[in-house]
Amino acid sequence: MKFTLQIWRQANNKAQGKMVDYQIDNINANMSFLEMMDVLNDQIIRKGEEPVAFDHDCREGICGMCSMHINGRAHGPLKLSTTCQLYMRNFTDGETITIEPFRAKAFPVLKDLIVNRGAFDNIQAAGGFISVSTGQVKDANNIPINKEDADMAFYAAACIGCGACVAACKNASASLFVSAKVSQYALLPQGQTERNERVLAMVNQMEVEGFGSCTNTGACEAECPKGISISNIARMNRDYISAAISAK
Amino acid sequence: MILDSKIPTGPLDQKWGKYKGDAKLVNPANKRKLEIIVVGSGLAGASAAASFAELGYSVKVFCYQDSARRAHSIAAQGGINSAKNYKNDGDSVHRLFYDTIKGGDFRSREANVYRLAEVSTGIIDQCVAQGVPFAREYGGLLDNRSFGGSQVSRTFYAAGQTGQQLLLGAYSAMMRQVGLGTVKMYGRHEMHEVVTIDGVARGIIARNSVNGELERHFGHAVVLATGGYGNVFFLSTNAMGCNVTAAWKAHKKGAAFANPCFTQIHPTCVPVNGDYQSKLTLMSESLRNDGRIWVPMHKEDCKKDPRQIAEEDRDYYLERKYPSFGNLAPRDIASRAAKEACDEGRGVGESGLAVYLDFADAIKRKGYDAIKASYGNLFDMYKHITNENPYEIPMRIYPAVHYTMGGLWVDYELMTSVKGLYAAGECNFSDHGANRLGASALMQGLADGYFVLPYTIGNYLAGEIFTKPIDLNHPAFVEAENIVKERFNKLLSIKGTRTVDDFHRELGKIIWDYCGMARTREGLTKARVMVQELRAQFWKDVKVSGTTDSLNPDLEKAARVADFLELGELMIVDALTREESCGGHFRTEYQDAGEAQRNDELFAFVSAWEYTGDNKDEILHKEQLVYENIKLQVRSYK
Repeated sequence: MKFTLQIWRQANNKAQGKMVDYQIDNINANMSFLEMMDVLNDQIIRKGEEPVAFDHDCREGICGMCSMHINGRAHGPLKLSTTCQLYMRNFTDGETITIEPFRAKAFPVLKDLIVNRGAFDNIQAAGGFISVSTGQVKDANNIPINKEDADMAFYAAACIGCGACVAACKNASASLFVSAKVSQYALLPQGQTERNERVLAMVNQMEVEGFGSCTNTGACEAECPKGISISNIARMNRDYISAAISAK
Repeated sequence: MILDSKIPTGPLDQKWGKYKGDAKLVNPANKRKLEIIVVGSGLAGASAAASFAELGYSVKVFCYQDSARRAHSIAAQGGINSAKNYKNDGDSVHRLFYDTIKGGDFRSREANVYRLAEVSTGIIDQCVAQGVPFAREYGGLLDNRSFGGSQVSRTFYAAGQTGQQLLLGAYSAMMRQVGLGTVKMYGRHEMHEVVTIDGVARGIIARNSVNGELERHFGHAVVLATGGYGNVFFLSTNAMGCNVTAAWKAHKKGAAFANPCFTQIHPTCVPVNGDYQSKLTLMSESLRNDGRIWVPMHKEDCKKDPRQIAEEDRDYYLERKYPSFGNLAPRDIASRAAKEACDEGRGVGESGLAVYLDFADAIKRKGYDAIKASYGNLFDMYKHITNENPYEIPMRIYPAVHYTMGGLWVDYELMTSVKGLYAAGECNFSDHGANRLGASALMQGLADGYFVLPYTIGNYLAGEIFTKPIDLNHPAFVEAENIVKERFNKLLSIKGTRTVDDFHRELGKIIWDYCGMARTREGLTKARVMVQELRAQFWKDVKVSGTTDSLNPDLEKAARVADFLELGELMIVDALTREESCGGHFRTEYQDAGEAQRNDELFAFVSAWEYTGDNKDEILHKEQLVYENIKLQVRSYK
């Protein structure tokens, strides 16, 4: 297979970026998208130029590090898939593929396709936890949890923190990410003690970081590689209102 | 170098209690003044950092990824062992201890492994309290499943994403401390030197990958939790960035490296597809609870649609050879059996390097929904990669490098042979002997971080309360930084003709071919020369792009491969020296009808290697393994 790649190149955070065209040939359909990028970079390096910088690590769809906006979609054309889980058979021979970084005010570009998603860590540090120190606990089976609740908490907890929801949202809102964490704990008995403080702190931090507001478009859910449900946002909003009203 | 394992005296089941009772303590006011550096933010690093900060220490955490949450522990699928005996099926601390020692083919320390089994129960309690959503039964209590090498169900899990959930639990505990200001997080930072003063670890040199700046950081103690070195093989199930650099730099500063040839080849991975392949993907061992492994009985059936091959023409070789453990035989044994079947010409798939993992029976017995609930995400992942639906056609799997049991030598306190320098999790060597059992890596990472280091580091830091933070302009820091600077400049100045990946691929192939699933004296001898030559060529002919003062993934990779080229040789030397077969180390010369033949008389020791200088032979130190409580036996799963 062969492709024309239009890739965002930007030397660093301060530099002006632009789209640059590359031609690539002899691509096997069973190659992963990132392996295709490896081939491209190999060619660029051999030419003595600087390869395209992109984030990637586990290459099995779980670490959340890869973050490309491909043909205008976060993580590309395939549903329920990260960039690293795309294969070239998911594209058409001869196609022009555009590759950009995830775009959001709160995710500044560091270089080429690499963005800084530190804002997510800051939100987590503001309240994304249950305050229990090592050793301060009782036997695990002393907390029976309804299986359905446990499963729902798990589905919310499956978020990989990649930021596709932000990149997909026209407002660059982080509501799906934040609500997944809020929901995981809100659904579990262990999370009840700090439930109000948590949602207030995390939503507040989301605003501080410069993410936009949620207008219920649903693009986040549609592009989420882990299928995190938008109903988590509804839960977060209910919790937020309830916490704001009852705030002492 | 004198290696003292510092194992407490007394009966096995009282050693840890006695140690904790005798360990020195640091008062809260002094803890605040003590700084601990943690390198790596996976299960071991994050849990240690959170626990240190909760105790009151000042902590700095470094990771090469953009966020601590991305450490490769996140990719662990199947589960975590714990001797809870919730199933009432006869489990106990002693049984978990015994299974782990036996699983490791009697090449690990009794006292360490016993402690691991002992603290395993607390881990589950801790994780549940943090909100880790483990799988549950309809009554609301925790569910368990079985893993290789055991006959009880002691594995706790969260679908096929147990590592993710445990890591996010530890990460959340650590981020809580970040919010409280007790942990300072340094993402996109890679450690390149340990700074030692008078033989004591006093800090590190880290490179900020965003701008290339080298930074000096002081610590009263340094903890390495940087994972394993499986990427020496180029293709492995490790994440692309996993590397040995921190551990290797520690080794060069005096930390002995133990059992480097003990590497784990995991039996169930998606087979290699082509030359362009960049990494391999694991299919969790938990699949062997319900999946049945087989190859065609006859070579001529290998290219047929597996569904058309009659039951009597299939060879369920694990069930045949190991009737009491069947498909749940330990990893090293299952991997070798797959290799044997393929070597006999009975492998399947295009390359002939694959065996079937078949769920047809399980789907018939338990139903489609039950299988989907247990393994849904794994099946999806398989389909993503291969474009085949495992609900309809058997998976094709083949062994791949997955875990490294070897690592930095540590004593009972997890301190390396450099004072004040610790190693935790996969990065150390201590608990898995020559083969790790499934669901034990998560257990060990969290045991080290939550329950071992917080006690043992206090015992050391109690003696450090008068040590003032050392000036970062101290000659030791300056010198260490210069070494790193020169090294990076050198890498960029070579401007050769071969790319970093070229070298890495070639190294990986040498190690896989000669120091992989089957090793021989001749092969290893040859491979050693090959690695030496490749290393020399690397430093003459590598082509690295970009500059040092910018975000430069090519340069980062070059520095990692340079270290793999040194470690690779040590692995080979270790494999040559160990003239026996045990666990994952299979020397073809030493076998009994295909089963590993240990030599307890000569080799019941830990190989701990001491670095003596670039391109010089390392010195082997032997830590004799003393078994006071269990009898060394032939490891049988028949």
